[in-house]
Amino acid sequence: MYLSTITRPKTAGWKGVSANVLALGAVSLVTDVSSEMVTAVLPLYLVVGLQLSPAAYGVIDGLYTGATTLLRLVGGFLADRTDRRKGVAGFGYALSALAKLGLLVAGSSTAALGAVITADRAGKGLRTAPRDALITLSTPAGDLGRAFGVHRAMDGMGAFAGPLVALAVLALTGESFDSVFMTSFCVAALGVVILVLFVRDHRSAVPSEPVRVKAVGGLWRDGGVRRVVVAAALLGLATIGDGFVYLVLQKREGLSIGWFPLLAVGTSLVYLLLAAPLGALADRVGRLPVMLGGYVALGAVYLLLSGPVDGWALVVVVVALYGVFYAATDGVLMALAGPLLPERLRTTGIALIQSGQALAYLGSSVLFGLAWQSWGPEAATRLAAAAVAVTLVGTFALVGRRS
Amino acid sequence: MSIRVRLLITVLVAMLLAGVAVGYAVLSRSGAPDEVASTAVAGPRLVVLTNGRVSTVSRSDPGGPREVSEQRCDRVYSAGGTTACLRPVGAFKAGGLAVLDAGSREVRTVPLTGFPNRTRVSASGRMVAWTLFVDGHSYAANGFSTSTGILDTRTGTLVASLEEFTSTVDGVVADAADRNFWGVTFADDDNRFYTTLSTGGHRYLMEGDFAARTLRAVADNVECPSLSPDGKRIAYKAAVNGDPQQGWRLSTMDLETLEVSPLAETRSVDDQPAWVDPRTIAYGIQRDDGVNDVWAVPADGSGAPAVLVPEASSPAAVD
Repeated sequence: MYLSTITRPKTAGWKGVSANVLALGAVSLVTDVSSEMVTAVLPLYLVVGLQLSPAAYGVIDGLYTGATTLLRLVGGFLADRTDRRKGVAGFGYALSALAKLGLLVAGSSTAALGAVITADRAGKGLRTAPRDALITLSTPAGDLGRAFGVHRAMDGMGAFAGPLVALAVLALTGESFDSVFMTSFCVAALGVVILVLFVRDHRSAVPSEPVRVKAVGGLWRDGGVRRVVVAAALLGLATIGDGFVYLVLQKREGLSIGWFPLLAVGTSLVYLLLAAPLGALADRVGRLPVMLGGYVALGAVYLLLSGPVDGWALVVVVVALYGVFYAATDGVLMALAGPLLPERLRTTGIALIQSGQALAYLGSSVLFGLAWQSWGPEAATRLAAAAVAVTLVGTFALVGRRS
Repeated sequence: MSIRVRLLITVLVAMLLAGVAVGYAVLSRSGAPDEVASTAVAGPRLVVLTNGRVSTVSRSDPGGPREVSEQRCDRVYSAGGTTACLRPVGAFKAGGLAVLDAGSREVRTVPLTGFPNRTRVSASGRMVAWTLFVDGHSYAANGFSTSTGILDTRTGTLVASLEEFTSTVDGVVADAADRNFWGVTFADDDNRFYTTLSTGGHRYLMEGDFAARTLRAVADNVECPSLSPDGKRIAYKAAVNGDPQQGWRLSTMDLETLEVSPLAETRSVDDQPAWVDPRTIAYGIQRDDGVNDVWAVPADGSGAPAVLVPEASSPAAVD
């Protein structure tokens, strides 16, 4: 199968999306409503509600991102080792759900909040790789783009609805943050119930020896896997983070803080509308061209942020292109990687790729923050656009070489 | 389990969880008492914030009865019959500056973007300054940025950002992109003022001239200055060892000799201090549980800090 499946996959009908993928999509949809509700109000809650200093918020936010990175690898390895992908994913979903209750009892203690938010992100870190591995194991190789597209579209619907639900709860309760957290917990709990009842675990047909740590090294020695991991890290390096993109936009246009959640809602809307069609397109014309198209959209976003256009046109075009970027890269990268990974190490391999991307992203967002601080937002976004160009060429050289 | 049973369980669980969420929201709404005991206060007073509401206490009994108003602010300062109130950022509305007259009527508003941080009014009540955090969403712990502006309430002149003024450090124009201003204090002539300029890892005390639109560095490692009633000294916070990560200490500085005298407060204070009277300096300190108290310490470096107004922040002395 090797790389020929990546560039010239067989086409299939819509029935290629299995019930298990739809069930996982439903779990992701419900869970994303829950988590995006909290994400949308957390900065307001911490800085306005609890009057934490922005520096303290920065530390908490850093924990938020950092905690997920290495736990992905742990989650992936555990899932492969025990051959219980559903179990590990379920533990991750349940941990995140309980963390929402933790927000209620943490009060304004920075240490308790940090612990609760870390637990929430740890849950996300643990569940992501086993979930994506279940999708690849429930889908024939040629239909992976479509399967991930449908899954990510459902995921995106949750991300789209979450901030709106949060704003509605705030409006109906006279800005009670606690009610947002309680609602978020209830929604997350429903997600766990759907997972338990409807998602089927994929066990290996033949009971085999447990996966050993050494095997992870073997994964890294596989040239194809290594190239995709490096390509994922490049993708991470090219992304400066939603917060920064929206912040530059907000600064340029002088938008009020209330627009923050709505920028994310707009991006999610474009993402959920395009994720499935672009996934299907990737199955037909090849996953690499669609990914590269996504980078072009990202580069355009960065250039526009420091470009001559402004006003509402800029906001709309940037949000739309940013959604296109996510739709063309997020699920497509997993579809590109899936077939390269041996089934027994599928979860670990996916985790390896996602960790590479997440670590690089952590680095790039810190670097972008420093660049902004030293040279201003215009120069920093142009630098980011240059990084996208390097990523585009690098990805083509790495993944397109064999085709 | 058949698909029908599983669907039935899911629907039942969903209904149960929806009931919990709605029930909690209803309870939290009805159980949110916002009323605070309020008693009229006369004589020399202190304006403070009580749980985000503008309040006054008697200066002779600051821990005693409190008059709590309906005005909600994240930061407040009052002088010469003018109150500057930085309105909190809500989920649906941006924050901003509200200028209130002696009768608590809103006479001017300035929409501002960011999280309220500092505000000051000149002794005559004419000049109003504010500082907001613009970028509190940074991924690097040091990567915040601030925006500081000044409003002349008599002429209506609005300087949205002190970055518009020409700043010099040791005679060299400072125009680096990393400039941040915060914490303004006004002199009695309603033109001269002091503030902090942060650039290149230094935090300078700047002396400003509002009419000339210029700022000049006077000293290094001085933040959030506050002019004494006689205008000869400032109280301020200084980063420990010049490193804000290590916290801040309160000191006073003689503006003529630049001589520094540490105050008796040895805890880290992240606030713009305020002079309660020529001998006393007040400031807010946050407890571990997030509640603020207003503390006071003698201005001559003697004595020990003591709580001035419990469960309050943002002190300002008014007559």
